[in-house]
Amino acid sequence: MNEEYILNQNFEITGGDFSNAGKISTSIKEILREIGIDHSIIIRASIAIYEAEMNVVMYARRATLCLNINPEKLHFELKDEGPGIKNIDLAMKEGFSTATDEMREMGFGAGMGLPNIKKNADRFKITSTPGEGTALNMTFCLDKTGKK
Amino acid sequence: MSQYFHSIRIETERCQGRMKCLRVCPTQAIRVRNRKAVIIEEKCIDCGECITICPHNAIIPLTDPFGELTKFRYTVAIPSPALYAQFGREILPEKILAGIKKLGFDCAYDLALTCGEVSFAIQEYLRDYKGPKPLISNACPTVVRLIQVRYPELIDQIIPIELPRELAAREIKKKKAKQLKIREEDIGAFYLTPCPVKMISIKQPAEKGKSFLDGAISISDAYGPLLSAMEGIEKGSYRKALESICILGVGWAMVGGICRTLRLKNSMAVSGLPEILKVFDDIERGKLRNIDFIEAYSCLQGCVGGSLTVENLYTSYNKILKLIETLEFEQIKACPDIREVRKLYGQQYFFIKGKFEPRPLIPLDKDLAKAIKKRKLKEKIYELLPKIDCGVCGAPTCLTFAEDIVKGEAKLTDCIFNLSQEYTELSQELSVLLKESDSLNPGKSNNNKTQNNKD
Repeated sequence: MNEEYILNQNFEITGGDFSNAGKISTSIKEILREIGIDHSIIIRASIAIYEAEMNVVMYARRATLCLNINPEKLHFELKDEGPGIKNIDLAMKEGFSTATDEMREMGFGAGMGLPNIKKNADRFKITSTPGEGTALNMTFCLDKTGKK
Repeated sequence: MSQYFHSIRIETERCQGRMKCLRVCPTQAIRVRNRKAVIIEEKCIDCGECITICPHNAIIPLTDPFGELTKFRYTVAIPSPALYAQFGREILPEKILAGIKKLGFDCAYDLALTCGEVSFAIQEYLRDYKGPKPLISNACPTVVRLIQVRYPELIDQIIPIELPRELAAREIKKKKAKQLKIREEDIGAFYLTPCPVKMISIKQPAEKGKSFLDGAISISDAYGPLLSAMEGIEKGSYRKALESICILGVGWAMVGGICRTLRLKNSMAVSGLPEILKVFDDIERGKLRNIDFIEAYSCLQGCVGGSLTVENLYTSYNKILKLIETLEFEQIKACPDIREVRKLYGQQYFFIKGKFEPRPLIPLDKDLAKAIKKRKLKEKIYELLPKIDCGVCGAPTCLTFAEDIVKGEAKLTDCIFNLSQEYTELSQELSVLLKESDSLNPGKSNNNKTQNNKD
């Protein structure tokens, strides 16, 4: 990343830690609110971050989420260490999920996670190496002209 | 400054600065400055927690005294169904309403009937609704204000159906004005309230319209006189009194009552602010999309737990619950005609006139770059603080204190821990100075300590 950011902050997410799941997206929401980001952007960003966070909790070992802000945009980069995704096109389909029955019992695994992130972010990129991990890039434009 | 009307006032003379309110406030809206509590208006959601906890009764709910009644030619009392839960099981609404009339009102209206109509209207609204879910009940004004302040994203999920008390006041005024050939302004409609926040929803409705009610009298103020007034009333037939109760309406007094009496399948009920925060966080993350309707009350157990009630909230909750169970068992359905409600619903009879607007908190700065700088500074300051949230500085937590410093509303030395550090630094500086002066005056010592050091 060569761009200048006026704020960057890292967050660690632990796989399998269901009791703390959702805390990162809540604290990011608080930060965005405090610095005065428009609330329609906050809601999209916090839904996307929550879905991404839950994916790590459910499937990966650990991940680092990096929040970058400059006056034009919010940028989130999430890199996890985990099984990776074999077929990204399939994973991006609504309704596709590899969640176990236990995860479904808890209300997750409807196969909406990745499609939902894509829907809420202004720009979205996913790359994955099976056996190593997945990386997500999510961008939210702050000035209305920059929207896709 | 007073952009928002609040139903809570602090009596500065009585306030001893004991900070109980500081700790109990769910939105960190209280500070103690110069040993007196002050409320930060934009943060306050009028939940009334501080009123209940203050040991010196220095925090006062603004409700109306009975004297207001003389201002009107005709007066109507509209008691919250929570009033029905304040007395023993044998005392049913019929007798309570008769007692209220004896207190000097021209009419005592059974609000449960209108609550029943509104329950049906909610059902109609849920059926046609296509937007994001769940919908959230607007019955508790604190919850509506909480959404305006902390969850502005959820504002379109608040049900836009008028509150029963407002509808009741609107219709009674219309009807009585016609009947008695007087102006609607000559009719005073008073709500008997279980909590102070209903008072603001009368003085300043969340949707920025105008209330049809003229005031609110606290249930705790009315309780004593009402108890005496009911003494002389003949007890009628229990069965007959039971048959006049609208089961849908009494459900409004307790948490879960609307869902239960309407038999809503995908619904949820939650009470108590800390619990509501957890549920609303989940809604915001889109986790509860499969739920249609949420009933949320800031007071534990719903309106029966309001800070202006008299009876223990579990006793009163239980009374309403047993009443509902009895009515269910006896299959008594003194409810409004659903066809009539549907007709009125189609005529927009039930909808609120205004719109709920968000009231988001002010960010650290309007300029993004400056706000981020202030945030970084706030984090640095926070690191210097002891993080034990003692409250001695006047802010409820070390984090809010750091925020206050960044906003220029507090000084670092307000923190006693940093103050003592400052003293330590000062005394170190002082001892260095004394040493210097000692070395300038050999033979004479200014200070025992420095002499000891020499030894």
